[in-house]
Amino acid sequence: MREFQAGVLTDAIRDLAIEANCVLPADMQARIEQARRDEPFPTAQGILDKIIENYGIAERNTVPICQDTGVCCVFLKIGQDVHINGDLRAAIDEGVRQGYAQGYLRKSVVGDPLRRQNTGDNTPAMLYTEIVPGDRIELTVAPKGFGSENMSRLAMLKPSDGVEGVKAFILKTVEEAGPNPCPPIVVGVGIGGTFDKAAYLAKKALMRSLDVRNPDPYYAGLEAELLEKINALGIGPQGFGGKTTALAVNIEWMPTHIAGLPVAVNINCHVTRHRTVVL
Amino acid sequence: MEKHIQLPITRDMAREIKSGDACLLSGVIYTARDAAHKRLCALLDEGRPLPFDVKDATIYYVGPTPAKPGQVIGSAGPTTSYRMDAYSPKMIAAGETGMIGKGKRSAEVVEAMKQYGAVYFAAIGGAGALLSSCIKEAEIVCYEDLGAEAVWRLRVENLPVVCVIDSTGSNLYETGRKAYLETL
Repeated sequence: MREFQAGVLTDAIRDLAIEANCVLPADMQARIEQARRDEPFPTAQGILDKIIENYGIAERNTVPICQDTGVCCVFLKIGQDVHINGDLRAAIDEGVRQGYAQGYLRKSVVGDPLRRQNTGDNTPAMLYTEIVPGDRIELTVAPKGFGSENMSRLAMLKPSDGVEGVKAFILKTVEEAGPNPCPPIVVGVGIGGTFDKAAYLAKKALMRSLDVRNPDPYYAGLEAELLEKINALGIGPQGFGGKTTALAVNIEWMPTHIAGLPVAVNINCHVTRHRTVVL
Repeated sequence: MEKHIQLPITRDMAREIKSGDACLLSGVIYTARDAAHKRLCALLDEGRPLPFDVKDATIYYVGPTPAKPGQVIGSAGPTTSYRMDAYSPKMIAAGETGMIGKGKRSAEVVEAMKQYGAVYFAAIGGAGALLSSCIKEAEIVCYEDLGAEAVWRLRVENLPVVCVIDSTGSNLYETGRKAYLETL
């Protein structure tokens, strides 16, 4: 068994929250720059140039790429041989509190969805835990902006709807979102499980590197087909028209009930941010 | 290529700005998001004056990040505009002539824009660091208790925006996409 002090997580989350908000991951930068080279439409080329200029400024000056520095999603994969001393939840929220204060990040969380008082320190984090083999902790911090989150959708399809129904639902979601989620977007898809598991898979799909395709060739093929179909919609960067509507489609799936076909689409913008460390 | 616009935008000026125009805005604008719009419209409903002069005003839908030492303001890109659709017709009727945000607007907002003469601009969503450099002065006008949603008065220089919907209702989100698809 390995012991951790909860405070170790506080420090890691503080640092990751600042870094994630100011430095766009390398896979995103590479994908946007490739899209710029492949983009034939002049308006869209101009927008992609500005997007590239923007994340360059953010990285050089350590300022947030986007003013929506998000609700702080924290994914913990905790080895089953790990023991944490102290209050895990409190340690995580303290990391968010310190990161959002010291990094001059925006505090975008209300403590109650209906009475809507800002908590003032961006807590609480949205915490996702998974127990895995081993004695380590893998920690991912992913600030999630709500321009794209609000355009996300979930459907409980019928088994008879099949893969065609799934594709149609994903395309409809992207089409209806149009310019709202700040395209070019990254599309996270969760298929199967239960109502809530499908949504979780869709969010988890957004944590995967854009350079990694689904290990199952069937789903990898579906990812490629959907990316092509989405980019044939013509929505383009910021919705002004163009080839580059999405940068990637990432699909995660799991077993489901004989009566169901849950599918969830979680959309991310061109500022898809996440940072991971293994402790 | 780009159209330089000195703020404020009068009703007559608003009618001259066309969908698809790339514009550089200079002058004073105000910020307001969801919670501030709710309060502003409550004042209008009660027939009370707003904390700033809404006549010929341009409102930027933004909640900036806090300024770092030495900065005028933090990152300051647009938020999605449809959440203000419930309030914009009232604001336009009260005198607002320009809106800056991103994304679609409702038929009711477009009708008010046509009726009174107003324009809807988009700034690049997610380009908050870049847009921040066009903001030269910033001060809070009211609603400081709302934190990131407080109303700010900003003096901007050459803020790059694109007119998406003009006072005739022409919409770049429709025409731009169509223009691209026609090139295929």
